[in-house]
Amino acid sequence: MADLVCEDLNMAFTNPQNGAVVEALKDINFTLKKGELLTVLGPSGCGKTTLLNMIAGFLNPTSGAASLGGHLIEGPGLERGMVFQQGALFEWLPVSKNVDFGLRMKNTDPAESQKLVEKWLDIVGLQGFGDTPTYQLSGGMQQRVALARCLVNDPEVILMDEPLGALDALTREKMQSLVLELWKETGKTILIITHSVEEALLLGERLFVMAPRPGRVHKEYNLPFAERGLKESLRDIKQDAAFGEVREEILTMIWDMEEEIMGRG
Amino acid sequence: MVEWFSDNRANLAAVIVLFLVAMLIWSFYVGRKQAALTAKDEVFGDPQRTRGGWYWSVCGVATLLLVWFYFSWGMGRAYFPNAANEMCQVAKLEEVVSPIKAALPIGSRYYKSTLLVARNSTQLDAVQGELPVDAFTADEQAELNELIGKVRSLMVNASDPKNLSREATGKLDQLVFKLNALSTELRAGSANLSPTAKALAQPKWGTTHIEISILPITARGVLFDNVATKAKEVATLFVKIRNHPPANVSVITDVKARISAFKAVNEIGKFDERKTRTRAAYIKSVERIFRRLDDGTIFPANSLDGVNSAIAGLDAARDHARGNLGTIQSILFPGQGVVKSRTQCTEQGSARWLPKPTDVVATFLRLSNPDIDGGGGYKGIPLLWWKWLPVADTVGFLVPDWIADIWPGEYAKHGSDATITPNFKDKLLNFARGKVYLGVIPVLDGHLWDSVFRVLVALGLGIFLGVPLGLFMGVSRFFKSFFDPLIELYRPVPPLAWAPLILTIFGITDDGKIFLLFMVAFAIMVISARTGSSGTQLSKIRASHSLGASDRQIMWNVILPNALPEILTGIRIAIGVCWGTLVAAEILAGTTGVGFIENIARTVSDYELIWVTILIMGLLGLMFDLIMRWVIEKTIPWRGKG
Repeated sequence: MADLVCEDLNMAFTNPQNGAVVEALKDINFTLKKGELLTVLGPSGCGKTTLLNMIAGFLNPTSGAASLGGHLIEGPGLERGMVFQQGALFEWLPVSKNVDFGLRMKNTDPAESQKLVEKWLDIVGLQGFGDTPTYQLSGGMQQRVALARCLVNDPEVILMDEPLGALDALTREKMQSLVLELWKETGKTILIITHSVEEALLLGERLFVMAPRPGRVHKEYNLPFAERGLKESLRDIKQDAAFGEVREEILTMIWDMEEEIMGRG
Repeated sequence: MVEWFSDNRANLAAVIVLFLVAMLIWSFYVGRKQAALTAKDEVFGDPQRTRGGWYWSVCGVATLLLVWFYFSWGMGRAYFPNAANEMCQVAKLEEVVSPIKAALPIGSRYYKSTLLVARNSTQLDAVQGELPVDAFTADEQAELNELIGKVRSLMVNASDPKNLSREATGKLDQLVFKLNALSTELRAGSANLSPTAKALAQPKWGTTHIEISILPITARGVLFDNVATKAKEVATLFVKIRNHPPANVSVITDVKARISAFKAVNEIGKFDERKTRTRAAYIKSVERIFRRLDDGTIFPANSLDGVNSAIAGLDAARDHARGNLGTIQSILFPGQGVVKSRTQCTEQGSARWLPKPTDVVATFLRLSNPDIDGGGGYKGIPLLWWKWLPVADTVGFLVPDWIADIWPGEYAKHGSDATITPNFKDKLLNFARGKVYLGVIPVLDGHLWDSVFRVLVALGLGIFLGVPLGLFMGVSRFFKSFFDPLIELYRPVPPLAWAPLILTIFGITDDGKIFLLFMVAFAIMVISARTGSSGTQLSKIRASHSLGASDRQIMWNVILPNALPEILTGIRIAIGVCWGTLVAAEILAGTTGVGFIENIARTVSDYELIWVTILIMGLLGLMFDLIMRWVIEKTIPWRGKG
């Protein structure tokens, strides 16, 4: 089973100037089963991105371990695809070359990779844009390319770091539907970091609300909205009373955390 | 074609100037009209206001060219091709009359006699005041004072009109008569005069190394030439006239005798060495003033009034005879007119150092003519052409001779019948030395190509070595810290400060210049590549790691393309700096190249050639830059949009 397991993850940063130690993450424990969709929410500075970077392999934990399918995570790998907030596309390459970047890096047969690229561009709704330079695309389209670039390598886990944060409200909603569709169709394990409560509720099958200082999982939710989002319109779900209730609860929770930080500061 | 252009440059200039004036007026009209159309809805300070406006560019270029044409006398020559020759003839008259004028208030404010009297009086006073009392006895001192008084009386006698000799008066009257005759001749005009065939056969103004031909080519010029010839005789006469008043004859004899007596006393040797020296020096200083006063160059003031007014009359007659030439000169020939030298007349003022646009083009056409024997090229090398290069030369340069040495066996020895049979080892050596025929290939040749070649080779080396190093310095602590001091220590030294050292080590061949330029290009490429690679977004690097790229793949596929805008900008800067350094290096040492041409032109004060090289360098630099701008536009369209 390709489960993502985090055991007693600790991450401490030392300030090189005064030697002060900041506990960015403390005792993170969770298991993400294959095909689960987890959203992580929290006030700024609670270690969301640090957690993601450790799972991606960009950072090594101070103690504890993260493993995927029983293999210890020691560095970045193809089985864990990343999608960044700004897309992080290679602007000197056209869309198709961006998408098949991973395939080219492992010398996949060009004919085969072209087929894959076309398939994934189709799925993310960018058919016919293969030769377009990426700098000519809108923000939403760039994010679609980033998704395709990640998915074409067939990763086991997709890690998204505020993937829709820089998009306007309408595009954002469309992209949320796309993410849900992809989740359903591919059955991939997905981990999304977000700072939008609505987005976390809409997309998250599971939802972690994290708290800062030290960074930890404050509360966990299991939510029905992602399943519903596959069938219903997202806007309808947002009108739902149950949705509003949870949203208010989480908002209050985060608000209190922020107040606490301000008070301490 | 080149010859036709060369001969008709004045006429061409006339057409071009008219065209430029038309363009100037037209573009100004269009510009005003556009301004009137858009003035209402434009806000001052809006950068959009600077968009477009090609008509003002036309206006600016036309203005620039017209100013060039004007101050180089190109405009004057275009419409009055004979004017300079006539000015030359007038200059001849001025030149011969100048010795007379120098002695008169008309030329130098004071009579020369007045200046002489003033100077000699001052010096006599000074000498009298400095009489060394310890070196002369009281009697001698009295006698010396008397002697100085006598010398002074020479001046007094010469300044008295009553003492002016009849001979001198007669000569002065004769002089006035002759000068007046010259004035009359000038005023009579040039109706019956015509230039000689020899004069008309002279080269046209500016078409050869002789700037303005010296023989008169117009009737007016002939008139001035004739008068100048006669005026020369008058001037010779004038400088020979002397004023020797009879009263001075006895004084001169007396003074001479007294000075001799003093010298004789000195020579007996009854004084010590120091005293003798002091006495001799003092006597000599008195004698020096005396010698100046006994040559009869001081005249009574009013005796020269006649000559002065005759010269004034001659000047008036000159202006009359010049007619419209004076007006033309003051309007179209800014500067100090024409000055006559021994073999030619030369332009003075801005035209002296600013060659006419058409002359610059003619010189450029002459230089760019690849036919060396037909007068083209420079110092036996064309400006830009091609030649056949034996392939063996390159092979001989690239293949080291030791290749033959390490081949087994021995080189051939001469046999007992004094013949040599080369073996394979010998043939290999000949090959390595380039002494075989391997065919020829066409290559570019000439001063321009030599300069461009040096820049391109140095730039190529700089890119080839500098970019990889810079990229690694941008991503690796070791590379950055290890190479940073090296580069930062040599880079801030101005390239020209390295030039003397490097050119001394390498000599005047291409190697030194290429190495110097390589140093320049290398530092720039390292720094730009480093800036580019260190500016790669972390998320891009992380994304490529997640996509399974290895370090080398990231270097090649992410960091290099990411640094490309900086690298290309670096190349653009490097080309500009290399080009500037190269020209300076060629000026310091070299036997070919554009800078070399300019340096030689400088040593012979060939202004046209200097300007041609300046324009060539400017245009080539501009061309390089335009090419790079085009390349940048084509290769990194994403710049500033990522």
